[in-house]
Order: sequence, then structure tokens, then C-alpha cells
Amino acid sequence: MNAQLKQLHGYEKEGADLKTLTVVSGKGGTGKTSIVGSFAALAKNAVLADCDVDAANLSLIVDGQVQTSREFKASQVACIDVTKCIECGACEDICHFDAIQDYKVDNISCEGCRVCSFVCPQGAITMEEVLSGYLFISDTPYGPLVHAQLQPGEANSGKLVTFVRQMAEQIARENGYQCIVVDGPPGIGCPVIASLNGATAALVVTEPTLSAIHDLERVLSVCDHFNVPAFACINRCDIHEGNTHHLVEFCQTRDIEIIGMIPYDPTVVRAIVDQTPVVRYANGPASREIKALWGRFAKKAGLLLR
Amino acid sequence: MNEELLDSHEAMIIAVASGKGGTGKTTIAVNLALALEHKYNVQFFDCDVEAPNAYLFLKPQFTHLEPVKAACPSVNGTRCTFCGKCAEVCAFHALAVTKDRVLIFPELCHDCGGCALFCPENAIGKKEHKIGLIESGNAGNIAFFQGSLTPGEALSPPIIQALKRKMNRDSIVIVDAPPGTSCPVVDAIKGSDVCLLVTEPTPFGLHDLTLAVELVSKLELPAGVIINQADIGDDKVEAYCKREGLPILMRLPYDQELAINYAQGIPAIDALPEYRERFSQLCQNIKTLTRE
Repeated sequence: MNAQLKQLHGYEKEGADLKTLTVVSGKGGTGKTSIVGSFAALAKNAVLADCDVDAANLSLIVDGQVQTSREFKASQVACIDVTKCIECGACEDICHFDAIQDYKVDNISCEGCRVCSFVCPQGAITMEEVLSGYLFISDTPYGPLVHAQLQPGEANSGKLVTFVRQMAEQIARENGYQCIVVDGPPGIGCPVIASLNGATAALVVTEPTLSAIHDLERVLSVCDHFNVPAFACINRCDIHEGNTHHLVEFCQTRDIEIIGMIPYDPTVVRAIVDQTPVVRYANGPASREIKALWGRFAKKAGLLLR
Repeated sequence: MNEELLDSHEAMIIAVASGKGGTGKTTIAVNLALALEHKYNVQFFDCDVEAPNAYLFLKPQFTHLEPVKAACPSVNGTRCTFCGKCAEVCAFHALAVTKDRVLIFPELCHDCGGCALFCPENAIGKKEHKIGLIESGNAGNIAFFQGSLTPGEALSPPIIQALKRKMNRDSIVIVDAPPGTSCPVVDAIKGSDVCLLVTEPTPFGLHDLTLAVELVSKLELPAGVIINQADIGDDKVEAYCKREGLPILMRLPYDQELAINYAQGIPAIDALPEYRERFSQLCQNIKTLTRE
């Protein structure tokens, strides 16, 4: 994404005082949400933003109580008025998405480009807005949480992520919060880019499995591409010593600082089942390391901790 | 391996999906392929193009490699009069026109062709740029295909669509889908004969399973649930499946040995013989499901 687009998304103007700390992983299930839930409990002055809009889980462990919800309409689909249609097929011929067959629109394939509505000689095609999802603002014991739910099967997850971040930023600015902690989605595509773009710093959560190492490499390239300083944390670092060693070496060669080594600790899953941040649930080895990790990550991002 | 396992269903597309990431999609897909490879023609598609990992386990010899390209407009500067029509028709704001420039945002372009179609000066052509790769080759008896999105690129659906054009519908096709429930998942799983939803028995797993179930019912795909690490959490996933009438096709308890082998890229079936029997049973359960 280029500078022009960044400006379009409005992240360039982010002030020096408001920090955005984004947690990503590449591979899913490495522990992002457990870690962010704990960061929520540890941060004193933060707005939380769950940018995994496909599968938003942060609210479940920070006891989010929805205060307001908003509809998110980001796209349109074509709609053919059968009383006006003369079945000439012009729409079907022009559609690049094979979304029209037998003068009917397949709503899942239609991308809302409007070209068919422009070419229809009868003016029989209109565009209708689609409800792509919802945005929520919730109260939690640890501060406000902005999250969202994309309707299953919908596109536009990147736009919804941007909407979540803009709302979190607005809340932070209006209420004098110091930082936004972002729980990112898995992968490296559109919603991950939208979660990382313009962030102050990124924490990449990995684990000593070949899959996670491979995905770490890819997500670090995305951080690089968008000039977001990245730090790594190895979760369940003791499940495979050889791979952990390999990870440490890899991070050294890439000049990525490892700021956390979280040991395997069964209280992490018990805390999820209890729907409590693990640092509030137990004071086991994982909780102690996550506390230290938060301190280091906040410091790296330039947050002044009280 | 059970005899005549899938008999009349020797050609079938099995998608492995999950709302939540890291629940074990790749573990299930890889071991299912290994359980079937000696008896059937098996094609494996790693459609998690943002984080393709199945190759780490199946270790294919890649013999074919092709780029996937996406198109975006390119403007002929001598013909363009900066009238602004292209920007006006673009629903995705992929073009912006100033008094002496046309700005193009390739990341936003959906390649609908509208700008070129409506340009009164015929000044707009197409420019292609590489957004990812498709690699293929054999892994034992398995024909293996994977897509990968270039880091920094945003759109994975075109890669998944290009990958799925390689499908041979006379085989058993196993699709390893990306996590989530949005458009890349739809592209990966649509057209499948059955969708396996992998979850874990935690509030996260349950929440994301309900979304995945909503998606498969929207797409009208027959689905069954696989509970991985079945003994680590609570019983709410079981209760949900019972309430919704969703068949549970397999329960895999947490297994330290399996986790250690997973970490090294060794499939369960190769390392731990008892898993061959479990996955054969899974095949039987899939067969029962698709016959209903």
C-alpha cells in the first residue's frame, strides 16, 4: 500500500502522543487473544480494538458489555427489476465476476462494481446496499473495547478493520487515552494489512512449530513492507527446544528482538474457559512472563508507564 | 484401511475449515490425505494462501510453479483528457483524477473493467502485477497444490480461485481452507461435497464454530464437526452440536506426542500408528454423512 492510500485511510495524521500497539501472528491459534486480553488487564490507559472481524474473541475474555452497535454497509449488489428486463443479456456479457446467469444475480459472486447497471439499456438494474456486518462499542473492566462482526461469507473485512481502528482512535482522542491495543487477525492479507498499517509497533506471537516459524517469516515481511517496527514473542517456548533455538537464531538474522518467552502453562486454557485474562486468573509461569512482556512491549512502543 | 471405503463416492471434494485459527485444520487435512492416498487418487489443495503450511508435513517435490497476476488499469497519458469519467464509474475508488494526473490504487482495483469500458478517449488499458504463486508437485501418491500470497499484497481470493481451477473432479480432493468466515473462506470451500469444521472445546472455539456453521448453512454445504484437543476445555461445544443436530465426526484428545511431532512437521499417521485407525474411522464417518 502506498503513501497516498495511507493518507486516504487517515493513519498518517496519528499524533505523536497516541500509540497503537498491534498484536499479530501469521498462523492462527498461537495465543494472540490470550495475550491481548492480559495486556488489557495490565494497561492502565488503553482502548482495546479487536481487529479479527471474522472471529472476534477478545470480548469473551475481557467481559465486554455492548453499549452501542452500528451497522456496517460497505458494498452493494446488483438487483434486476424483472418487469423492466428484456433479457438482452448485456449485463451477463459485461460482468467480470460471472455473477449474472439467466438474468439473475448471484449475491455472493457480485462485487458491486455497478458496471451492469450502467450498461443495461432498460435501466432495469439498481444497486442495493448490503449489510456487511456490525461494529460494537463495549465497556469492559479494563477500558473501552471496539469490536466487530463481519456477516459470515461477506467481503470487506479490511474496510471493517479500518472502521474499528478509526472508532478506537476517536474514542482514545476524545477521552485522552494513551494507547490503542489491537488484537489482529491471522494471516497476512487485507485485514492484517489494515490492522498493521500506521501502527506504532507490532508484536508477532509465534511458537516453536515449523508452521508458526514459516508464518512468522511472512508476517514480518508485511511489517517491513509497511514500516511497522516488529518485536517477537515465543509462546509455549518449551514445547520444542530445537525449534525455539531455530527461532532465536532466525530472529537474530532478521534483527528482530525477542521480548517474551512464554512457557507452556495449562492455566492459559483454564483462564480461557473461565473467560478471564490469564494474568488475573493465576500467577503461574505464563502470567509472570506476560506481565514482563507487556512492560517491554509498552516501553518499546514509547509508552510512559506509571 | 477399510475396504471399499468411499465406493460410490470415489470422487468427492472434502473441505477442512474452522472459524478460529490454529484449531488443527492442517493436521486433519494432511492425515486424511495420507489415510486415503493408497486407495484413491488424492489431490490436496492448500488454500490457506496467507499462511500455507501443509507442505511442511506432506513434503511435496514441487515441479510446477506459476505466478498469479492481478490486473489494474493503466492510463495512456497522451490520450487522457482528465475528464474524470473513470473515477466516477469506479465503485472501489481505485482511481482518482486531478486536473493533470490520474492516480491509480492497484490494491483497491477489483478488475471489473468499468473504467476502460466507459473511457470516452479509449485511453485505459490493463496492467498486470504478480500477487502470488501456485506451486504443484507430488507428495507420494498425492497430487499436491498450494497457493501463496506475496507478503504486502492484500487480496487472496484470486489466488484461491486460480488454485481451484486445477481441481480434477475425478479424484478425492482435500481442501485445506484459511481460518475465518470471510470471502477467502467462501472461495475455498464453495463447491465442496462436505465441509469438516475443526474446533476446540473452549469459549473461543465455540464462538467461532457457530459462525462457521452459519457460513456453511448459507452455502448449503453438508458439514460435520471435529473436536481437536477434545479434553482440554469444557463440554459446551458438545452440547451445541447436539442442540443443532451437527454430527461430531471425530474427537482427538490432547496428545503431547502428537504436538511434538506436529512441531517438527511429522504427520500423526506417520509417527503414531494408532492415528491411522482413527483417520480411517473419520473416512467412514464422512461417508455416512454424505450418504444421508
